[in-house]
Amino acid sequence: MRRALRWFMACWLMAVCVVAATSTAALAADLRPLVQALGTGGYAGTEKALAQLSEAGDPAAVPVIEALQAGDLYVRKADGAVVVARKAGADFALTDPLSGADLGPAASGAVDKVKVNNALRRAISASLGALTLMSPDAAVRRSAADAVFKSRDASALDTLNAALAKETDSGVRRAMEQARAAVILTAGASDPDTQAAVATLAGRGDRDALALLTMVAASGASDAAKSAAAAAVASVEQKLAFWAALQNLWYGLSLGSVLLLAAIGLAVTFGVMGVINMAHGEMVMIGAYTTFLVQELFRAHAPGLFDLSILVALPAAFLVAGGVGIAIERSVIRWLYGRPLETLLATWGLSLALQQAVRSIFGPSNREVGAPSWMSGAFELGGLTITYGRLWIVIFAFAVFATLLVALKRTWFGLSIRAVTQNRPMANAMGIRTARVDALTFGLGSGIAGLAGVALSQIDNVSPNLGQGYIIDSFMVVVFGGVGNLWGTLVGALTLGTLNKFLEPYAGAVLGKILVLIFIILFIQRRPRGLFALKGRAVEA
Amino acid sequence: MSAEDTLLYLDGVSVSFDGFRALNNLSLVMMPGEMRAIIGPNGAGKTTMMDVITGKTRPDHGTILFEGATDLTRLREASIANLGIGRKFQRPTVFEPHTVWDNLELALKAPRRPLKTLTYAIGRDDKARIEEILEITRLSPKRDRLAGSLSHGEKQWLEIGMLLAQEPKLLLVDEPVAGMTDAETEQTAELLCGIAGKHSVIVVEHDMSFVRALGVKVTVLAEGSVLAEGSLDAVSANSQVIDTYLGR
Amino acid sequence: MLTRFFLMGLDRKAGVVLTILALLAVLVPVMTLLVPADSPFHMSVFTVSLLGKYLCFALLALALDLVWGYVGILSLGHAAFFALGGYAMGMYLMRQIGPRGVYGNPVLPDFMVFLNWTELPWYWLGFDQFWFAALMVLAVPGALAFAFGWFAFRSRVTGVYLSIITQALTFALLLAFFRNDMGFGGNNGLTDFKEILGADIQAPGTRVGLFVATVVALALSYMIASGIIASKLGKVLVAVRDTEGRVRFLGYDTESYKLFAWTLSACMAGVAGALYVPQVGIINPSEFAPASSIEAVIWVAVGGRGTLAGAILGAVLVNFGKSYFTGALPELWLFALGGLFVAVTLFLPKGLLGLGAQLAAKLPGNRAGNKSVPGGKTADQKGM
Ligand SMILES: Nc1ncnc2c1ncn2[C@@H]1O[C@H](COP(=O)(O)OP(=O)(O)OP(=O)(O)O)[C@@H](O)[C@H]1O
Ligand SMILES: [Mg+2]
Repeated sequence: MRRALRWFMACWLMAVCVVAATSTAALAADLRPLVQALGTGGYAGTEKALAQLSEAGDPAAVPVIEALQAGDLYVRKADGAVVVARKAGADFALTDPLSGADLGPAASGAVDKVKVNNALRRAISASLGALTLMSPDAAVRRSAADAVFKSRDASALDTLNAALAKETDSGVRRAMEQARAAVILTAGASDPDTQAAVATLAGRGDRDALALLTMVAASGASDAAKSAAAAAVASVEQKLAFWAALQNLWYGLSLGSVLLLAAIGLAVTFGVMGVINMAHGEMVMIGAYTTFLVQELFRAHAPGLFDLSILVALPAAFLVAGGVGIAIERSVIRWLYGRPLETLLATWGLSLALQQAVRSIFGPSNREVGAPSWMSGAFELGGLTITYGRLWIVIFAFAVFATLLVALKRTWFGLSIRAVTQNRPMANAMGIRTARVDALTFGLGSGIAGLAGVALSQIDNVSPNLGQGYIIDSFMVVVFGGVGNLWGTLVGALTLGTLNKFLEPYAGAVLGKILVLIFIILFIQRRPRGLFALKGRAVEA
Repeated sequence: MSAEDTLLYLDGVSVSFDGFRALNNLSLVMMPGEMRAIIGPNGAGKTTMMDVITGKTRPDHGTILFEGATDLTRLREASIANLGIGRKFQRPTVFEPHTVWDNLELALKAPRRPLKTLTYAIGRDDKARIEEILEITRLSPKRDRLAGSLSHGEKQWLEIGMLLAQEPKLLLVDEPVAGMTDAETEQTAELLCGIAGKHSVIVVEHDMSFVRALGVKVTVLAEGSVLAEGSLDAVSANSQVIDTYLGR
Repeated sequence: MLTRFFLMGLDRKAGVVLTILALLAVLVPVMTLLVPADSPFHMSVFTVSLLGKYLCFALLALALDLVWGYVGILSLGHAAFFALGGYAMGMYLMRQIGPRGVYGNPVLPDFMVFLNWTELPWYWLGFDQFWFAALMVLAVPGALAFAFGWFAFRSRVTGVYLSIITQALTFALLLAFFRNDMGFGGNNGLTDFKEILGADIQAPGTRVGLFVATVVALALSYMIASGIIASKLGKVLVAVRDTEGRVRFLGYDTESYKLFAWTLSACMAGVAGALYVPQVGIINPSEFAPASSIEAVIWVAVGGRGTLAGAILGAVLVNFGKSYFTGALPELWLFALGGLFVAVTLFLPKGLLGLGAQLAAKLPGNRAGNKSVPGGKTADQKGM
């Protein structure tokens, strides 16, 4: 690990040399005499040069000191130059300690090792710690502190104390204090110190802190310290449970938004039009394959703009899925209005055919859909880990929901849809072209499913069966939420998503899902028309 | 008046739909063997009143007692029907895929449990009864026609026939003569008058000549409660009734 | 009384169906067991089992038609009852394996040994007895259907909602049976059967016996179903299908009528599953897949919903087509099936058997035929 790091540093230095030779040369020039001094004057000389090196505070010295620590630092007898030497067969391969430049091979007799004793060893790790802990770069100091926290190396304590005295950045300061507490607790210390350390770690409150505190609570420390530790363990556990619950909530929200995306188009076709579209899942699948195709185009013609492919895929998927939807409505569904069960069968047939069509065109296996850079990675929020992909999907789901809501409320098209939903013959009589509204509504629902497909292509396998995995869940959401009510769909999706994720830790994923299904079945018995039911004669008819 | 010797007793019944009060503190009493005509403007709550009596709609408040003792607000539709309350709907609803004969056979008073209907074999008495009703409703020639193929008026007759076949104690008849000729209207009036006495009848109707022909006590409903009650002449003279319903 | 009940359902259509079934019950054993193998009239054991499988599906379709065609309950979960019946029979067959399993455990089926179970779960007890298993074939699907229906019908869940929760039911069972710790063999299900009622399950005689049993079960179920349809109860059911609300006001407790038909139908589906399993030699959770239930619906639709005989015809035809397609043109099978769904709902709403009636109804002066063929509400149809 350390070797790799060193090589990395060396490579990095070399790269920097090539790019900005002058500045590096200048920097290296400052250090070079000190590095050279490491090889002269025996232990005392080395120690003095080491102290000067760490005072210089230049991180470029770190690999040199690490080489010294590892016993890889040699003096070339021919010219007295200090070099890094590594065994290569019977000979040594020499490199420059600062630039990492290759200096050719040397016989083992041609170099002398720079010797290190125990006092020097301590000085080495102190100066290594100091160089990083005192680095002018706050990020380096912080990662050094975190490294100490992990290693709990008692020898770092002095440096840590010194660094703490100088530290001004509060974040880094906290990290250092925690590292110090960890060291103290591991090594054992006076009672007040231990208790202070316990308090610091209780403040940190993560799993690492919990492990340390649990150790203290069980150790031979004083009773006061032990009970403080036990209290801290309890509070940390509580905190962790809180974060775990929050994390679960996030997972629930995330699953809920996926369900919402998948179900919202269905809420339009089923809820608003009363059409059972079993091919809804295939609209989602079409959206996902559209994303795949758009990305292929980008890969082929504009690889540099790949990050934008999703943004292009969104309207494309909406149009393609919406177009397929309108075609389905005009060719099949319009003959079946008022016969919901027949519609269900016909659209199921369509879904089989669409699946097979996609399978014939794209093959049965999964297709690779990439994530743009702004959708990959994760960040931490308190005790939460949130991936950007999921975050964007949550945001996207809510955006789609809000847009649809506004569109249905505020636009002429939305008004027509609602008029047709509430009283078809009357709307017809008032000059609304119901046939056209039907087609467009179905297109809208399918288009939204296409949008869902773009989002789902990021988290699920893009295969011909993609839609099948969502259709039952989507129906459950719509039925649970109450048909004909978009808010019901929202609440339904989030409730089912969260319920699922909270059951999972106790019951396991499969059993959790079964329990949710049973819950829905029982729920429908109590409220046959869902959570937010429409009332009135129109519904009963 | 005590509820005990009444057949139907409604007191303070209210129903609202999403805040709209379809029945507002409605009270009404029917004696055994009585016939009552109910009139009132559209949306007065006449059909809703029947819905509440037959269990189709649950009232928000109020008491509904049958034969002075049975609380109808707690029963399901089928149980209420089995107590002896029959209903003809405003929009004629018959079993369209069945023949006229089968419609009557289904309505005919007989055990209603599944296992009883599974083993039911029509007897001579039942046959005679159906024949009789076919005669009364003059549907004899159409006995083997599917109910779905009948005309609107014929469906009205069939539904009246089904009501007769049920032999209920109380008949709720919603607009029985809509879509009938004048002659048929007269016959229907005669028919209902013939039933009254043995059975109690509540008739809802907008056709004033029909109501006059019945010659019974009239209750005027408006906005979910009773506006006036009495003979047709008396309520016709009531100025409130003239304003809200009959017109000047 | 029972004879009167059966006679009531015996119309011309029933005569044709029962005659064909009787012929099958006689001819197939003769052609398989007596006709020499080199004769063109010889039937292979493979064909017998294939036919037997079709007839099991036909029984499932018949059960479905009883509730969909006559009561208007479109079940998207009937395969669940079929599979439960199948599992009950599979458990009996598993226990008949005895020590002949791979692990040689005299009591525990192989998959339990594999899971390191030491004891038979309580719900496997009794399945070594045929009579018990046969009882469970009826009781388990029946009890589930009764409980499910009791809740659903009382709460007046109808139409599409009911369909969707039946689908949820079978989906939940699918997930459950995939779990190893349910004790039903998980993913692999139950298989490697050795004997049934002491007879080698692979022997031609046993195969033919199973086929004849299937024919008898189908004939019996057909007679029960058509007897019910012809009875007054059947008329109530049809009335419930089209105008449930109105039937209530006549004093019929429609919930118990639906429950009766629904539970009976589930039992029939269970029997179909129980006969299916020994003939195909395996039962696994995929039988619970919602897709299998929906496929059964299309069998009924193809033959003609609400005709009983149509359900049988449809199941046999579609499955014959499936065997042919998946063998010859596997790519096209889903297109064909999907197209069938669309074509039947659009152009053949009354199925093959209804086609004749439909054509007759088109002739002028024959209005009566129009409404006679079941198909639910036609009042608010648009467009056509
Ligand atoms: N289920 C329901 N949901 C909403 N409103 C209802 C419902 N049932 C009845 N109403 C309303 O209650 C009012 C009374 O209706 P009802 O059918 O009882 O009137 P009516 O007196 O029978 O009128 P008509 O003479 O036109 O038949 C109407 O305004 C109707 O819109
Ligand atoms: Mg009315």
